[in-house]
Amino acid sequence: MLDAVVSGLQLVATLDLRLWQVVGLSLAVSVSAVALASLVGLPLGAAIAVGRFPGRQGVIVLLNALMGLPPVVVGLVIYLLLSRAGPLGAFGLLFTPRAMVLAQTVLVLPIIAALARQAVEDAWREYEEQLRSLGVDGLRAALTLLWDIRFSLLTAVLAGLGRASAEVGAVMIVGGNIDGVTRVMTTTIALETSKGDLPLALGLGIVLIAIVLVVNAAAHGVKEAAQRRSG
Amino acid sequence: MDLKRILLAVGLAATTGAWAQGTFIVVSSTTSTENSGLFRHILPIFQQKTGISVRVVAQGTGQALDMGRRGDCDVVLVHNKAAELKMIEDGWFVNRRDVMYNDFVIVGPKLDPAQVAGTKDGVAALRKISVAQAPFASRGDKSGTHAAELRLWKLAGVEPKGSWYRETGAGMGATLNTASAMNAYAITDRGTWLSFKNRGGLAIRVEGDPRLFNQYGVMLVNPARHPHVKQAMGQAFVDWLVSVQGQAAIAGYKIEGEQLFFPNAKR
Repeated sequence: MLDAVVSGLQLVATLDLRLWQVVGLSLAVSVSAVALASLVGLPLGAAIAVGRFPGRQGVIVLLNALMGLPPVVVGLVIYLLLSRAGPLGAFGLLFTPRAMVLAQTVLVLPIIAALARQAVEDAWREYEEQLRSLGVDGLRAALTLLWDIRFSLLTAVLAGLGRASAEVGAVMIVGGNIDGVTRVMTTTIALETSKGDLPLALGLGIVLIAIVLVVNAAAHGVKEAAQRRSG
Repeated sequence: MDLKRILLAVGLAATTGAWAQGTFIVVSSTTSTENSGLFRHILPIFQQKTGISVRVVAQGTGQALDMGRRGDCDVVLVHNKAAELKMIEDGWFVNRRDVMYNDFVIVGPKLDPAQVAGTKDGVAALRKISVAQAPFASRGDKSGTHAAELRLWKLAGVEPKGSWYRETGAGMGATLNTASAMNAYAITDRGTWLSFKNRGGLAIRVEGDPRLFNQYGVMLVNPARHPHVKQAMGQAFVDWLVSVQGQAAIAGYKIEGEQLFFPNAKR
């Protein structure tokens, strides 16, 4: 264990170019996926929160259940879709960072949508009467509420980012863990573990946790500052 | 579809830099060649000569062959000759060449509960392990190593079953990690063993049996089946591996002074 901490610190201290490339790709892929998933998931969650349609309870249950999608299953489905023998094979996306972004987007979309749905619904309960008396229709209400509770939605987005940056099953299958091309933090850790280099693997794990911590701290800082400014 | 356009835009933004090069081929190969560090040694030499970069996806031989069959790579470099020839017969691959060999070894606990150390007879050793019901970790993943292991059990006339026989369903390294933790016997290619760092109480128990010979072959995905295959560049890689320079590069890869792969391409 001490070995691992030392090895992790050494990795950071020596600023190994290869490692930084891996870290950079991890962040690029996961942040892209979370951005895409937020773009779709936040309005979707708000729409479900405000909308009244038949089967709504079923949709909510389904959405909540999909938060537990196993990454390896998502990876397999995306692999079969993107494979040359699959329906989207002609695009040649398999084993590229784009395929990894796509897989992680599918993975985190339900998390962001489900958490947004809950947050917007709570706000809707509080403001429904007020908004209705102002003659605001459903769609406008959903967007207003989304903007109103934007700081609490950050938690939903960060939960998505946590899931994306921590998963290994999906990116391993659709990315292929190709050195210098699709190798990210988690697949590197899996690879070093399989080589039996456990201290290095654990060291990389510590680096990964540190990066996630820094990203979360930064997000928290931005939120606090923005909240203060908007009173 | 807007989502797709957004996706492509973000994807493009995410794919600047090192991974946006055009002249590359995808080679599906086995964990043994990748984990041992062979590719990291020979690929730069190939790239310097031809300008082609090689993207290696490392999997078990069964999965690697399936990837080629689906057209998801250009070349495969694997080690299960019977399965390779079958796939060629079925028209999925062309231009197979023998490239190199290494050997399998049986590793096991230093205390050696099945008393197999020192023998060269891999088949007899397996029989002893089954009689002693000593823990044995099997890949169980249809890889080349798994296929080789099953051939040996068959030769030994033993159907491996029971609580002592444990299928990990994982790669070579993961299986060795498991064997190391359980103090179990396992069959591994020598390359992975030499570069494996978490040996614990394990050591090589049986080696040198000709039946533990491990032949690697390379072949091109059939362009007639998959027109998008990068035929010229893929063939260039196949040709280079069996060329004098390629064979010398393979022979030149050593860990702690020990050669891992022995080139044996026929000219």
